[in-house]
Amino acid sequence: MSASLYLVAMIAVPAIGAAAVAALPRERGLLAKQVTLGVSLVVLLLAVLATAAFDVDGDRFQLTTSVSWIPDFGAEFALGVDGIALVMLLLIGVLVPLVVTASWHEADHGPRPTRVFFAWLLLLEAMMVGVFVATDVLLFYVFFEAMLVPMYFLIGSFGGPRRQYAAVKFFLYSLVGGLIMLAAVIGLYVVSTSQLGEGTFAFDALRQLDIDPEVQKLLFLGFFVAFAIKAPLVPFHTWLPDSGAEAPIGGSVLLVGVLDKVGTFGFLRYCLPLFPDASRFFAPFVLVLAVVGILYAALLAMGQSDMKRLVSYTSISHFGFIALGIFAFTTEAGTGAVLYMVNHGLATGLLFLVVGMLISRGGSRQIGDYGGVAAKAPLLAGAFLVAGLASLALPGTNSFVSEFLVLIGSFPERPVFTVVATVGIILAALYILLMYQRTMHGPPRGVLLQQDAAEPAPGLGTGGATATATATRTAAPGTLRVLDLSRRELVVVAPLVALIIGLGVYPQPLLDLIEPAVSATMSDLGGTDR
Amino acid sequence: MIEAPDLSYAALAPLLFVLGAACVGVLVEAFVPRDARQPVQVALALVGTVGALVTTLLLSGTHETTAGGALAVDGPALFLQATIAGLGALSILLFAERGLDPARSAFVASAAVPAGSPRDRELLTATRVQTEVYPLASFAIGGMMLFVAANDLLVMFVALEVLSLPLYLICGLARRRRLLSQEAAVKYFLLGAFASAFFLYGLALVYGATGSIRLRDIREAGLDGGGDTLLVLGLGLLIVGLLFKASVAPFHTWTPDVYQGAPTPVTAFMAACTKVAAFGAILRLLYVAFGTAEWTWRPLVYAVAIVSMVVGAVLGLTQTDLKRMLAYSSVAHAGFLLTGVLGLGAGGEGSGLAGTMIYLLVYGLTTIGVFAVLTLVRDGDGEASHLSQWAGLAARSPLTAAVMTLFLLALAGIPLTAGFTGKFAVFRAAIEQGAWPLVVVALLASAVAAFFYLRVIVLMYFSEPVADGPTVGVPGVPTTVVLAITATATVALGVLPGAVLDLAGQAARFVG
Repeated sequence: MSASLYLVAMIAVPAIGAAAVAALPRERGLLAKQVTLGVSLVVLLLAVLATAAFDVDGDRFQLTTSVSWIPDFGAEFALGVDGIALVMLLLIGVLVPLVVTASWHEADHGPRPTRVFFAWLLLLEAMMVGVFVATDVLLFYVFFEAMLVPMYFLIGSFGGPRRQYAAVKFFLYSLVGGLIMLAAVIGLYVVSTSQLGEGTFAFDALRQLDIDPEVQKLLFLGFFVAFAIKAPLVPFHTWLPDSGAEAPIGGSVLLVGVLDKVGTFGFLRYCLPLFPDASRFFAPFVLVLAVVGILYAALLAMGQSDMKRLVSYTSISHFGFIALGIFAFTTEAGTGAVLYMVNHGLATGLLFLVVGMLISRGGSRQIGDYGGVAAKAPLLAGAFLVAGLASLALPGTNSFVSEFLVLIGSFPERPVFTVVATVGIILAALYILLMYQRTMHGPPRGVLLQQDAAEPAPGLGTGGATATATATRTAAPGTLRVLDLSRRELVVVAPLVALIIGLGVYPQPLLDLIEPAVSATMSDLGGTDR
Repeated sequence: MIEAPDLSYAALAPLLFVLGAACVGVLVEAFVPRDARQPVQVALALVGTVGALVTTLLLSGTHETTAGGALAVDGPALFLQATIAGLGALSILLFAERGLDPARSAFVASAAVPAGSPRDRELLTATRVQTEVYPLASFAIGGMMLFVAANDLLVMFVALEVLSLPLYLICGLARRRRLLSQEAAVKYFLLGAFASAFFLYGLALVYGATGSIRLRDIREAGLDGGGDTLLVLGLGLLIVGLLFKASVAPFHTWTPDVYQGAPTPVTAFMAACTKVAAFGAILRLLYVAFGTAEWTWRPLVYAVAIVSMVVGAVLGLTQTDLKRMLAYSSVAHAGFLLTGVLGLGAGGEGSGLAGTMIYLLVYGLTTIGVFAVLTLVRDGDGEASHLSQWAGLAARSPLTAAVMTLFLLALAGIPLTAGFTGKFAVFRAAIEQGAWPLVVVALLASAVAAFFYLRVIVLMYFSEPVADGPTVGVPGVPTTVVLAITATATVALGVLPGAVLDLAGQAARFVG
């Protein structure tokens, strides 16, 4: 297979896989899972092959394919990757098989057939790949919007108690952002028509345009709002805690780990190179949003009693760091931000997965319903700790490298913002360690407690919190009925732990991929680069 | 001595096909035995519409006027005629469905029997099928095809009446909930007659101002500095008459009642074909007669477009009946279409015409599809169109729910469905002419409208099924064909719209 077809295959294979899984008979649930796992592993293999075929010192966009798609609109089915997109593909390739494994029993007992869950998952993977590899703005937009549909169904059909609300909120927020972006996309097209004589959506051609600064501002805002909703930056963030909390665990991992990265990816790929003047103009405002987001979301995270909401808020805080790195306009900070995108996907992905494993044991998302789990389930607690430490960017974990790069890269340009952002690191330590301590250490308590037969079993779910609190106080130091990680769960956790530690110690291969692409982006911007 | 005008029969073939089929249909109604009528009428109506579709396609590339300049046979006319004929054929198939209603037809057995009388109750369960709907619909289709080709205001008016009168009638033919249906017919008739009067008065004023009813002469009179009050007033009245037919707010008040009351296949037919015809006429009137830079209809259309989008989207939110919801959705879509109409440059350039035509095609296809799905979901009293009855439908009938979801996403304009192609085309046309504030309003209205489409999806997929919910009928061959065609087209025009866009682009040139 020619190298340029890797990207096409990475979209086509999961899309066809989704159709195949959806077409399976209802009772072949196991086969659906196996096919899904197989397909997602093929995508991982393709991502690795694409990376191998990618020449770090070569052109900016490689493995390109271009086929005329809608000639009347000047749109092409044009694919290609730079280093930034490539590492995102690797992230997708790694996360999806793990999510499939982690969600193995997710849809077993619901009213809806198993195959539906896995078919949507594969379709989502195809769309996510498409978003990152499209080099035609209209094609990007199409994937950007179409991506909503599988996620919407994953949340709405397989999510928690408030899934309807969360699904609709997710869809509408993203759709509004997307529609505003559509206006800007068309605006960009019209500008290209007037300047080039023929309308085009090709990224490379649009990059050459010389757009009037006032028009740039409007177009920038159109793109920015869509990406800021997606990323999400405060104040466009309120959908994420709901969606992150109500989505099935696999959905949460992909939502926060990959889907939201489309926002920050969009800043780098579209906002900065296409609208350099407007980017400079708006950078202070964006940085304010980023830094406010870091602190505000961190404070909110500390106040959460629901673990999935807590992790969602930590992500919002982390997205502030990524935005800071991008809008500091240095190659160093930008490289750190892209690395942050990958590392955040791994660390928060693991955190969500482990939290999901805990929830699957206790049936409650409340921190107060757990306690002393570490004594009974050391592996689970260990994975939790690694994920947590990676989230708070402890040196030796992958996130440390990226956070450090963002901060030292931003400091020369934006010292005030950087210093304020640093406070976020301390808050991160608080919210993560408090959650870890409350759930994993201390005396055994909560919904997992082995009750005497005489005592009524505490209710599960959110309503059980107060009941269990009373039960904990009255019960003698009991024993927890909790199983440690199963072999399947270990298979999920182990690669992520390995990657977190490995990339913490040796991030160089990823940096080598990312750095040239970020440098090219910054030179599009007209470079304040040192 | 009056000379008979030259008629190019070849160029008129599409019209002759449909109107011929309609006339023969009347004879069939009179002379063929009752038992044999249904298949004969269906076949006849299909021959008429499909024949018209084929002949318009054969004529493509023609660019001339005929009948002494009263009729235009040009790209837009042929494209829209083909659209109307195709959508008309799909509607005829929906009319012909006999498998869904236990009484074998969606139409009343004897329209003259008073609703609720003993005779009526007797007929309700009888399997007698009345077939006058086919020739009536054929006449309406013929009128619509004439409407989009009319190059002269009088012909346009005659076409308006030819298409309207049969529509008023077939709206009142519902087999179930007959009072609602008859109320709809009367309402439609009264308001429609009112709108026709507006059109006619406008015609008279324009004739008074310019001394001609030919669109080209009107344009030339306008160029000669004839922008006098009479002409402007006439133009305003003409537009009001047309906007009424296109169900553009604030002239939309009939739409929800008529959509709800009419038999669902008829609603599908009206919603799709009438919209195409009315916008065809609006485009021709504005572009050919008033398309020069001197004309200032833009502020009017601009304002009406905003009103229509906002009214449709916001009122659509409050509806609990699917047919009424789709009616308001059609009002909002009329606003989106007007955005495309505005995409005409001062020098006659711009992609507004092509964009609007594409939008009409995709909107017609999805609308027929969505109403076809509505005919499937039934309870004891006909179609179950109340929203709450659709809860949990996906668990009971996954395929129906999936097809419905596809159409709803297309109406919401989600990429990879036809709806997105249409929206993109009209919004591009408007932005090219600098109307980006309008496009921003349109996009916000799309987001609001998306909410009520989504609500149906939420109900179907994420809600628990209701205890005594409706049954999902097994569609017969005609409805299955309609669903297959519309669903395929909705996906195809979303994924690979190139060929059709190209066709519309080539066709987008008015004669005269």
